Amino acid sequence: MEPYPSGLASTVTDTGQPSVEFNNVRLGFDEGEILRGVTFSAQERETVILLGETGTGKTLLLKLASGLLRPDSGSIQVLGKDISGMTESELLEIRRQIGFVFQEGALFDSLTVGENVAYRLYEDGLGDDEIQPLVKEVLRFVELAHTIDSLPSELSGGMRRRVAIARALIARPPIVLYDSPTAGLDPITSQTIISLILRLRDVYGVTALLATHRLQDGFALANFHFDPQSKKVCRNSPTEHSRVAPTRFLVLRAGKIYFEGSPDELMKSQDPYLQRFLI
Amino acid sequence: MADTPLQAASQEARAPEVPSVMEVLQDLAKTSVLKVQNYSKLSFQSITNLATGPRYMQDTLDQMDDIGVGSLPIVLLSGFFIGAVMVLQTGTQFERFGQASLTGDIVSLALVRELGPSITGLLVAGRCSSGIASELGSMLVTEQVDAMRAMGTDPSRKLVTPRVLASLITLPLLTTISVFVGLIGGMVASVLSLRINATTFWERAIKILEFSDIMQGFSKTVVFAFILATVGCYQGLNVRGGTQGVGRATTQAVVVSSVLIIVSDTFLTKLALYLADKFF
Repeated sequence: MEPYPSGLASTVTDTGQPSVEFNNVRLGFDEGEILRGVTFSAQERETVILLGETGTGKTLLLKLASGLLRPDSGSIQVLGKDISGMTESELLEIRRQIGFVFQEGALFDSLTVGENVAYRLYEDGLGDDEIQPLVKEVLRFVELAHTIDSLPSELSGGMRRRVAIARALIARPPIVLYDSPTAGLDPITSQTIISLILRLRDVYGVTALLATHRLQDGFALANFHFDPQSKKVCRNSPTEHSRVAPTRFLVLRAGKIYFEGSPDELMKSQDPYLQRFLI
Repeated sequence: MADTPLQAASQEARAPEVPSVMEVLQDLAKTSVLKVQNYSKLSFQSITNLATGPRYMQDTLDQMDDIGVGSLPIVLLSGFFIGAVMVLQTGTQFERFGQASLTGDIVSLALVRELGPSITGLLVAGRCSSGIASELGSMLVTEQVDAMRAMGTDPSRKLVTPRVLASLITLPLLTTISVFVGLIGGMVASVLSLRINATTFWERAIKILEFSDIMQGFSKTVVFAFILATVGCYQGLNVRGGTQGVGRATTQAVVVSSVLIIVSDTFLTKLALYLADKFF
């Protein structure tokens, strides 16, 4: 099997089992327990929006899903494997199946944009002749092909996030985790990032966990899709609804899942706490 | 009788319990032991990583350039003047007894056994241990280390082992250069100040040295190199508290590595003297 297929073909195959599954996960630090028994799952090709106030543990859930943190108790299954008891070297292999877009991009500041994007491929021992076309293709996907020789410090915040998405995308992972990808960005740049996440979801068919405190990001992902024919982001019509990748909201509160449901269910909820997000 | 709302509120908002002295001491002891354990684990891992792949040769070469070539100017400059000042200090004493020609012997022994390794170790620790701690600390607080782990790279292989290996290779070389330049400095000072013939100084300085002296100095540089690199990496990868924490880690790296170099020097000297007495 070709490890890094060129072109925009999806690398995901339906097996029916959840891509990510949390089962009664608890995690605490010196200052107290942050996650108090979190249980949820993300099916293949599904986008799960983790919504919550600052400090409710959204980023922790993403770091747990990628094995960067270990739970105090409970189990986490990723692509059918229990990662909660894995050693660091076993986790390194699992993490190769996961793309992680950090809040501030977390680009390596001493490497150029091209080197940042190509990092994982160099680690895998691929040659320059194989790497360069893939890097250019992925940078074209995020519309930043002209920045290939720039340093991250020369880019704007929004461009850095797009490079981070390109870096997460290069190895075609079946799961992508986004940590507040639009935090601190202006509305237009936020829209560009969300369009990119939509394209990534609808072209590559990835499973996504997206932590955010911006409800509009979640609704944009739920109500729009990328049409590969017209190469445009379009609003979902009622007839298309079943074909569009499903989007689900999880609202975190006090270390637990406070709400879990579809965008419609969230919109119709009369819960006073949820209403605060909808205003 | 039921509490008034005010009384109930004051009971709920009870002040947190103040820990006893014993509890504070216990916490301190536990934290210290944990730090030693984590440092030992990282140091051990930095060496065992060499046994299996992936190995980052380019990173090691880059670090050798930074640690070795980058430290060369300060090592050359300080080495020359330490040799010169040694001659000035000891030569005047030897002159009082009419034994000024012994200056070359004593300066050579002091530089090879003690001053060369320890002063080069301290200089490189000041320059590189702090640099390593601040670089890795900055990477940690900007989530670059997490990004590395998220992409399937082991930071101890990519960041720690190349720095430790580069230090282990370059510090003995830097010390050798420092000792050589120190002897030249000593020779210049003895010619200008004590009117000793340059050839006499050089001949005596070389003849007095035995294999055990060179081994003593060399073994120290290996230990000092290991200390300065591992302490820098440990402090950098354990930064807490953002950019302020990076500053603290940088200072800590210099202080801890310098103190460890001086303390270990005492024990290494004693051990080397014992071994020299037994085997050479």
